[in-house]
Amino acid sequence: MASLIGSYSLNLGFCISFLIIFYSVKNFRNSNIFDNKIALLTFLQFFFVIISFLGLILSFVNSDFSNETVFNHSHTTKPLFYKISGTWGNHEGSLLLWLLVLTLFIAIFLLSSKKQTKKYRILTLMFQQIIIIGFFIFIIKTSNPFNYIFPIPNQGLGLNPILQDPALAIHPPILYLGYVGSSIIFSSTLAATTLNDISIDWAKHIKQWVLISWIFLTLGILLGSIWAYYELGWGGFWFWDPVENVSLMPWLALTTLLHCILVLEKKLVLTSWVIVLSISTFTLSMCGTFLVRSGILNSVHTFANDPERGLYILIFLFCLIFLSFFIFFYFHKIENKSINNFFWLSKETSILINNWFMMYFLTVVLIGTIYPIFLEVISSEKISVGPPFYHKLIVPFLIPFLLAMAIGPKLRWIKSNLQNKLYLILYLIISFLLSALIIKSLGISFLLNTVLVSSAFYLFLITIRDFFTKKFKNLSQNIAHFGFSLLILSILFNNFLSTEIITNLKIGETYESEKFKISFENIDKKNEKNFQALIGKFNIENKNGDNESLQPELRIYNQPNIVTSEADIKTNLFTDKFMTMNLVQNQDYFNIRYQIKPLMIWIWFSVLLISFGGLLSFIRKYEK
Amino acid sequence: MYGRKVKLRFFFVLLILITLILSIYLILKSLEDNVVYFQSPSEIKVLAEIGKKKIRVGGMVKNNSILIEAKSIKFVITDFKNEINVTYSGAVPNLFTEGKGVVAEGFLKDKNFFLATKILAKHDENYMPPEVKAALEEK
Repeated sequence: MASLIGSYSLNLGFCISFLIIFYSVKNFRNSNIFDNKIALLTFLQFFFVIISFLGLILSFVNSDFSNETVFNHSHTTKPLFYKISGTWGNHEGSLLLWLLVLTLFIAIFLLSSKKQTKKYRILTLMFQQIIIIGFFIFIIKTSNPFNYIFPIPNQGLGLNPILQDPALAIHPPILYLGYVGSSIIFSSTLAATTLNDISIDWAKHIKQWVLISWIFLTLGILLGSIWAYYELGWGGFWFWDPVENVSLMPWLALTTLLHCILVLEKKLVLTSWVIVLSISTFTLSMCGTFLVRSGILNSVHTFANDPERGLYILIFLFCLIFLSFFIFFYFHKIENKSINNFFWLSKETSILINNWFMMYFLTVVLIGTIYPIFLEVISSEKISVGPPFYHKLIVPFLIPFLLAMAIGPKLRWIKSNLQNKLYLILYLIISFLLSALIIKSLGISFLLNTVLVSSAFYLFLITIRDFFTKKFKNLSQNIAHFGFSLLILSILFNNFLSTEIITNLKIGETYESEKFKISFENIDKKNEKNFQALIGKFNIENKNGDNESLQPELRIYNQPNIVTSEADIKTNLFTDKFMTMNLVQNQDYFNIRYQIKPLMIWIWFSVLLISFGGLLSFIRKYEK
Repeated sequence: MYGRKVKLRFFFVLLILITLILSIYLILKSLEDNVVYFQSPSEIKVLAEIGKKKIRVGGMVKNNSILIEAKSIKFVITDFKNEINVTYSGAVPNLFTEGKGVVAEGFLKDKNFFLATKILAKHDENYMPPEVKAALEEK
């Protein structure tokens, strides 16, 4: 029943799109005031999509296996929480969620843009409707979440156990808020370009949307990363997996855009650049969807391997890119109202430098991600690009990037000078000496590491100084930059000081190395509702005689029949102790991985801090 | 003569071009050094020479071939035409089982022995690496 209502309501929502387009065109031509009928229809469409989404959730909650999606991805023994989160833990449902966010955002846009001109609002709405229609057709045609199965099966196939996790339950909605937020930026930029209305006011208005999408995208990536850390048992925070990369690319573009908008809202320069960035952010978000959904990339996210879906997204993507290029070249006029006459030493230059580096990082990630796909298509040679590629190309460029990040905010708009800037050099010397000392005492390779650490320290010290000297001026920017320096420092030291032991042990055996003694004491069995758990008890004694007990788990799920390992992690302020245990079929040995990962919690915390900087900026703008 | 502004703009464009070319060159160069090629056991059999570079081997874990010792895990990867022996010491993924697909990354010792440094984790019971699928379909 719920599924039936959902299906009808989805189709009704689709029909409303055409009504909206019809009335928008009429209103755009004829009248001077915004026709409230359009706003009403937009809300109605949102309402239908939300009913449809609720219908799907209800089908999942009631385990209505006449619905194909529910049958494929749910099971009666699954806990209620994962029945609900299972709604978007699959291809069809997650697309419906995407659509829901699309309609939600355009409704919010209409409510929050009352001060803007009528033409601009209608055009944005129309561009957004084009995207919405595209998604409606995609869902109804190729991935309808409300397909019937007859005869009705008694039991579903269950949700992949590694997706049965709290972090992953909220990861897709948060990430989608970020991805889809960029659709509003895209539509609004196209609208403003068409009207030749890219102004300082527009920049101020769109900046809020950039901030909101940026915050959610950052948090979404963070959640995914935390989940991969403890659930996949990879024991790290970033693996340059293509699926991670496709979320990083829109983030890089969006971060660049955020900085460009800062310039645009002060002085009307870099307009073409802002347009290009807005378009590419959304295109990259769509590309991510395409790569992940089409099954070209292999990962957790590859829910289905259906070439038709991939092809559809690809065609849709090309249409959008073509449309935006057409608008950009046809309507966008580069005006010389305000000539780009800023002095080389100014805030504008530093933001431009930031942009250059960001674009470089983006290119590296883009090439590393799509080159294997490209090569396979043209030469059917299969390759993969590993972490060394990214490290080699990105790490050295972090040094000037970090320095620019520290100095940039100190410069003034248009023209700055070097008077009273002596402390900048002083801090540089301090941070260099400090890091040289630390690296020396750690006894690792000296040159590159010292320079890296000192540039991160430099940003760290300068931003801390600003907390005290500048009081609350530019607080949000300072928090975000401070968070970034903390992030880089934590990553670096995490890298320097991590240790790992991998070994195979039988129950009762002990592994000994110079630093630790790991004893595998025994195994407990525990039965849960939808899985059986094997809990290993390990005692780790380090050379100082400190004891630590860790209990990694193996979960054998009943439906689908999958074994997952749950890492046991002991976290404190300085370091994480991480252990996973793995069973290989028909063997007495357990595969044990024990890691000491310093500063993990600081990595997560610093990313939170970065997004908090964005939130603060958002709230402050809103209050004004 | 051209004005100062035009000259400046010219240098600016030139600067952009040079940086662009340089960075693209840098990326492609390091891409060349860092890609890992994928090969099936059958492809390895017909190799002209054993390279020193890291490669990936994919196929099925042969039934009754896994042998675990304290320090290492040994098993056989097969594509049902040819086989290769793999020695590995490291963490194995959850779904590493006999009769299922696997991708091992590491170095070839010779045409029959492979020293793996990483075994790739896959996350789904229905999952089969596309490379394996392709290798199986060829048969």
